[in-house]
Amino acid sequence: MSKSRLALTVLLALSLALGAVGLATPALAQDDPVHLTFTCRCVEGGVNNNLVVWLKTYVFPNFEEMMAAQGREVTVELVEFGGSDEQLKEQYALDLSVGSGYDLMSFDGFWVPEFVGAGLLEPLEEVAGPVVNEWDGWNHISPGIQEILSYQGQVYGIPAGTDVRQIFYRTDLFEQAGIEVPWQPTSWDEVLETARTLKEAGVQVPIQLNAGTPMGEATTMQGYFMALLGAGHHLYDFEQNKWIVSSPGILDTLNLYKTIYVDEELGDARMQLLQDGRNRSFVEFRDSNIGMLVEGDWFWRSVIVPGSETGIENRNEVVSWAMMPAKEPGAGFNGQDFVSISGGTGYLINPNTEHPQEAWEFLAYMSDRDAVRAFELIQPRISFRDDVEVAGDAEMTAMAAALLPYTTVRPMLPEYPLVSTELQLMTERVVSGEMSPEEAMQAFDDAVTEIVGEENVLRIPIE
Amino acid sequence: MERKAIFSAKVGLLFLAPALIFVAVFLLYPFVRVFMLSFTNQTLLGATAPNPDWVGLDNYQRLFDPDRWMRLGEFGSSLKITARFVIGSALIGQVGLGLLIAWAFYRKKGFLREAVYTLVILAWIIPETVVAFTWVAFLDWEFGTLNAVLEAIGLGSPDWLFNHPLESIILFNSWRGAAFSMLLFSSALETIPPSYIETAEVVGANAWQKFRDIFFPLLRGHILTDLILITLWTFNVFTPFLLTGGGPVRRTELVSIYTYRTAFQGQHEFGKGGAIAVVMMLINFSLAIVYLLMIRRRRVEA
Repeated sequence: MSKSRLALTVLLALSLALGAVGLATPALAQDDPVHLTFTCRCVEGGVNNNLVVWLKTYVFPNFEEMMAAQGREVTVELVEFGGSDEQLKEQYALDLSVGSGYDLMSFDGFWVPEFVGAGLLEPLEEVAGPVVNEWDGWNHISPGIQEILSYQGQVYGIPAGTDVRQIFYRTDLFEQAGIEVPWQPTSWDEVLETARTLKEAGVQVPIQLNAGTPMGEATTMQGYFMALLGAGHHLYDFEQNKWIVSSPGILDTLNLYKTIYVDEELGDARMQLLQDGRNRSFVEFRDSNIGMLVEGDWFWRSVIVPGSETGIENRNEVVSWAMMPAKEPGAGFNGQDFVSISGGTGYLINPNTEHPQEAWEFLAYMSDRDAVRAFELIQPRISFRDDVEVAGDAEMTAMAAALLPYTTVRPMLPEYPLVSTELQLMTERVVSGEMSPEEAMQAFDDAVTEIVGEENVLRIPIE
Repeated sequence: MERKAIFSAKVGLLFLAPALIFVAVFLLYPFVRVFMLSFTNQTLLGATAPNPDWVGLDNYQRLFDPDRWMRLGEFGSSLKITARFVIGSALIGQVGLGLLIAWAFYRKKGFLREAVYTLVILAWIIPETVVAFTWVAFLDWEFGTLNAVLEAIGLGSPDWLFNHPLESIILFNSWRGAAFSMLLFSSALETIPPSYIETAEVVGANAWQKFRDIFFPLLRGHILTDLILITLWTFNVFTPFLLTGGGPVRRTELVSIYTYRTAFQGQHEFGKGGAIAVVMMLINFSLAIVYLLMIRRRRVEA
């Protein structure tokens, strides 16, 4: 062996050895303090402020105290994420793919199949052990709600709640325009007629129905689905297991968008196409510039709740809500008169966590009846537990009662998020005037067929 | 007589080794990996993440599908947008503006020159996110500085980022990168013997004639170098994303943004993203080859 090669070998061996020392972590002793990290799309004084308040004033201190009483030192740290849902998802995908990330993560249910398919998540039972099945909370979460964070029969986390969607409207603007409140339209025409009346009365933006890719899933859920279901179709045929890529319902939906944003300018297309459009829509609604806004109950309980960033101090006096009507009575999905769609979020344990035991104990603690009741006092919402009622918000209770019977869900499939992005693009193309409804539907058909394959698409003939 | 080397070839190689290892690890390996990826349907999320299939040229066919590739948001459309962006902001904007400033202050000294140079260089060295933030504030429709000024002098208030998004990012990038060309040209101008100019002045040449007959021919080589370097950089620039996010309706989706959206958003399609990267690399390579050939020709001429 020549000297130089020897030198090289020694150099390599040395660097490897050094690297190995750096990588090896000493086994943790049992009684070492445990530090858990918890992340959500939440910012103190900003988005989902109520969640931060609840975590910091109730969950964290009480959990840490409970642990201390058992002689264990466990601390929990909140990592606030201020970006959009889509950015949070990107963060999770990248974190998990390199075996890292925070110990506990807030998660949107419809992301689960994609992440599971990619092998980035593991069932709760495997992450934290069989102890998870002994938790008594499961008896108080209905199977339907458990589905939120499940995929192919496996449970991946504990849900935090579900939601419904409807039209929120400013009663002050309605009265100003001489429209009688309470208001409940029974057809799209009636909604459009109301919008026209508002426009004549000088309301800046009579109606806003979410469209476009910048708003991400908010476009799909609060915009497209609310119209599509009203036109009698779903995105997916659950009997034939096929994606519907072309149908009269899609055309009706796109034409509704066209009427609102292009033909009659009853809505503000700019808000749908710019990057921070959703926040703009919140601000404009707060400032009494939007007459009707199709949104989820999250909007009511978190966005315009008095005290929040875009809160309306006299919310209950100037804001009311109506169910989203089908195109015509009885023409909605499943022959319904009114439509709504639900999603759900919850919390998962990162499979890469070093403290699965403590993470599970924390998750179970924050999902126990007492903790969930404490949350209801801060923010009344549709609870995921059958032993916790919506606390102290009659409107919230009424929304749940009125809309849960009509609601449906998204297909829980790994391809769904891709298809969802395509339909957002389809609405964007119509709203911006880039394409006609027919062209946009054709482009959607092309793109989705490429994603899911010709054998998995369904085309309903247009008369 | 054979010249004796100070080191043997082996020792020489040893000295080179750290650099070679770096090149291999950080350039060669990723390149090969991306090239291989581009023939698979690898994603970060979804079922194709753990078990990608070999799909041959499928990704490339999808990029160049003649029925679709010129639609907004597809590859061909983003190439076209990038070409406009490069011509507007690199060729006309940065090179033109840089040359103009350098020429305007040729053989001049004083406060104005220092002030202009400082401002132009500042625009170049301030971190991108900071610059992008100030430009969003500058161009905003309702509250932007630009519209406040325009309105004050009665020129209306166009919605820059919404109705003129491509023009906006071209303007932005010209402003952002003019410094390099300006510095290059001003040092190149220093190399022109003052006697040429003085002679021209004696025979009564005007500014344009001096530019046409003295500056331009002597600067031609520098202009070419600058053009190609700027084109390469501008072709790959990502900062406009911070202004427009590639929108509205993907009207400002440069190839770099298209790549980002494909590979790092949605399902993170690494395979298709890899195919775009390979095509981009080929385009960059051909630009680099043109550049190297020109340098060589100039050396030969010299």
